[in-house]
Amino acid sequence: MSNWPFVVTGLALATIFVTRFLKGPLPRVLLPAATATIFICAWQVSCELLRQAIRMPDGTVRIIEVFPTPWQTALGMEQPITDGTLLRFAVASIYRVAIGFGLAALIGIPVGLWAGWSLRGAQAINPLIQALRPISPIAWIPLAVLWFGVKDEAAIFLIALSSFFPIVTGAMTAVRTIPLVYVRSAENFRLEGFELFRRVVLPACLPQIISSLRIALGIAWLVIVAAEMIAVDSGLGYLIMDARNANNYERVVGSMITIGLIGVGLDWAVRRLERFDEVRWGFSKT
Amino acid sequence: MNRIVQDRPTLRSDAPPQAAPPQVKVSIRGLGKTFARKGDSLEVLRDIDLSVAPGEFLCLLGPSGCGKSTLLNILAGFDTQTAGTVEIDGQPVTGPDPRRVFVFQEYGIFPWASVWDNVALGLRRKSSDELHRLVAHYIELVGLKGFERAYPSELSGGMRQRVAVARALAVKPDIIYMDEPLGALDSLTRLQLRAELLRIWQEERPTVLFVTHDVDEALQLGERIVVMTPRPGRIAEIVTVPLKHPRDFGAPEYGQFKNRLFELLGVRHAI
Repeated sequence: MSNWPFVVTGLALATIFVTRFLKGPLPRVLLPAATATIFICAWQVSCELLRQAIRMPDGTVRIIEVFPTPWQTALGMEQPITDGTLLRFAVASIYRVAIGFGLAALIGIPVGLWAGWSLRGAQAINPLIQALRPISPIAWIPLAVLWFGVKDEAAIFLIALSSFFPIVTGAMTAVRTIPLVYVRSAENFRLEGFELFRRVVLPACLPQIISSLRIALGIAWLVIVAAEMIAVDSGLGYLIMDARNANNYERVVGSMITIGLIGVGLDWAVRRLERFDEVRWGFSKT
Repeated sequence: MNRIVQDRPTLRSDAPPQAAPPQVKVSIRGLGKTFARKGDSLEVLRDIDLSVAPGEFLCLLGPSGCGKSTLLNILAGFDTQTAGTVEIDGQPVTGPDPRRVFVFQEYGIFPWASVWDNVALGLRRKSSDELHRLVAHYIELVGLKGFERAYPSELSGGMRQRVAVARALAVKPDIIYMDEPLGALDSLTRLQLRAELLRIWQEERPTVLFVTHDVDEALQLGERIVVMTPRPGRIAEIVTVPLKHPRDFGAPEYGQFKNRLFELLGVRHAI
């Protein structure tokens, strides 16, 4: 067994301890970096522990590796990175999520706002939405493939479907929970129709809508991988399936890590929306 | 309890034509409010009779739950009475009206809009020159010059209520309803804002109906104080306060009024 994971883990732990005495932005970088380092070391150690020597019936000894080490994973990703497959597939996945998620937001936000504002609207559509919502988007894959074929549209449909429900529910709840004082202030100054919507209803709901967009995008990114495993022949989900079929588990794990990193990036992008002056009040603690 | 209020002959019709008509801005007659709950009902207001003169600063004083906020909500048109009538300028109240502005206890201003945009809320129909002038004027009047671009979350509680007051004043309202507007503030800020409210009221002379449960607040601000009883809220007494401003906490007359108010509220204040 190699010694370096233990040495590096020790250094990482020391770094975590040292951040106690550091001021400024440094701990914000050092702490997660140290955690990631420890994670990679643990990964390395568990690979070595799980490596099994099996004596075959003919007397030879074979080493069975059940999980690729970090280094093997990195090597396994070399080819898809250099020949551009990884970038192409990542773009394909992001593109499908962007279109599907965009469609869901475009339809879901207005429908949710309307349903939240009008009691009859909510009574009419809420039961249907709540009944469709618990159906896993994965369950729609057969129908999506039947309707759209093994094409982008099938994946986009699944993404739109899976993001639609959190967005519509979020927008609807947002309208229903607008504090009474805002509604009364609006009534008092006789805001009506579009002006009421633009000056009070929409801004009052925006923080909650942004939160629901964030949840929806997270779900969309979960679903795209599953959808691409079955419904299309490109994208990061497909990359995983393809690597598995080629018995290339280094690439399976490498693709998983890529998915995680892009997911972090997408979430970070949505969270930027929380910083606008018009919505910041909904996210700060006071 | 549906009580029909008789149309009594008003003083106005009886008075000889040369006499000035009695000035009544708000006229409340036999007002009652009962909330229906499942299988039960809760009477919060009973037999309220009250007239408010134009330009008067009137305080509604009473313990929590005496229905004073409910009364204010009915006057503002946010709620409806279950008995009696409310008339403003001789017209029954049918709903909220931009000429009568409500200042809420907390968070009545919009957190998504800057100070400037909050104050401009009621001035949407004005020309942009006029709007500019009014907004700037009222922001300065409440002492928030320099904070035009700030958002409410960046302001202290006292400053937020100044924004609410500026927003209300900017439309040059006939009546301002204030529902414990200083209730969420610390005692020093309250004292300071009371003085400013008084100064602004003396400058602009709107009719103010001010709900509070704070005896000192009522005594420092009100020309008359309507003391209400616990639920169902009725008028225990209307106390006229002839004291001149500035009203001194330490003055003996002040103390006498204070004793009287505590007595009416049924509270021992010396403990």
